[in-house]
Amino acid sequence: MSSADRISAIKSSLRVIPNFPKPGIMFQDITTLLLDPKVFKDTVDLFIERYKNENISVVAGIEARGFLFGPSIALAIGAKFVPLRKPKKLPGEVISEKYILEYGSDCLEMHVGAVKSGDRALIVDDLIATGGTVCAAMNLVERAGAEVVECACVIEVPKLKGRERLKSCGIPLYALVES
Amino acid sequence: MFAEENGLHGDPRIKAISDAIRVVPHFPKPGIMFQDITTLLLDPKAFRYTVDIFVDRYRDKNISVVAGVEARGFIFGPPIALAIGAKFVPLRKPRKLPGEVISEAYVLEYGTDCLEMHVGAVQPGESVLIVDDLVATGGTLSAAIRLLERAGAEVVECACVIGLPLVKGNWRLNGVPLYVLVEPRLDDLECTL
Repeated sequence: MSSADRISAIKSSLRVIPNFPKPGIMFQDITTLLLDPKVFKDTVDLFIERYKNENISVVAGIEARGFLFGPSIALAIGAKFVPLRKPKKLPGEVISEKYILEYGSDCLEMHVGAVKSGDRALIVDDLIATGGTVCAAMNLVERAGAEVVECACVIEVPKLKGRERLKSCGIPLYALVES
Repeated sequence: MFAEENGLHGDPRIKAISDAIRVVPHFPKPGIMFQDITTLLLDPKAFRYTVDIFVDRYRDKNISVVAGVEARGFIFGPPIALAIGAKFVPLRKPRKLPGEVISEAYVLEYGTDCLEMHVGAVQPGESVLIVDDLVATGGTLSAAIRLLERAGAEVVECACVIGLPLVKGNWRLNGVPLYVLVEPRLDDLECTL
């Protein structure tokens, strides 16, 4: 099946939930994609095809929906999988990166030693909005001495300019569909 | 049941998986020897073995749904679902799933927590595998089983990377068999990042 056909099916499989988690937000729900085995496989395959010859040594997935896609990509391309988590979930020594939310701030953590100098990393999440979380993820990986090759997402929300934000940090974005 | 007692006796993959798990003492609180699977995920061969063992066991069992418990069940469940051609259904903490949900409360040492599943994710009569990284008391998995059964599904088995029988020799949770690859380790001599 061509990339275009697969991507069209992926877009059709997504469900939009209005006013979640708060009024005005059109939430892009990927759980319906996961309920279609062929579409889920095509999603992962599109990422694998793109990255399998890029010498990626680390796939870093952002908790929790990055965990749904990242490990399968890592397994197929022979890379390590590194979970990037909310505070106090990872049990060992961690490095933390704070990032700004619409109201307040949050924090992403990575285990010390998971990523090493010389690693080539792919960051994976289900969706990119403003890019705040992905930039925090990128900072964590770069602080560990690795190079972030690209950020891969199923969905991009162009209105929120995540692509531009990442570009200003020097990382390209690959997104399968736009909302 | 342990994988080693159920067809995988002497399989070198089991030792590789066990050796790749890191024990972090006194996390999240004193006295708990936390079984950290993140080091397993840093070892592509050992991670591959883990998924392969589950896939080999479940591929011909007509399982149509793999349900994974947030968040570490999201790491192991999807690769299994993809390999066996099943749907993946995330079971989540409250208020994460955006659509209409059913909720199941369960008891913690202090207080309660809650697991949710989307209405309509699972149809009556479907055969389900539940996946998590570790089974301890079985409280979370029991809640997961109740959610799936309330939706009319049949839970075929619960699969975990790490665990112990719940009470001496008992490998069933609400009547559902438990399949576990390795026991928890008490010490951490070999494993470093």
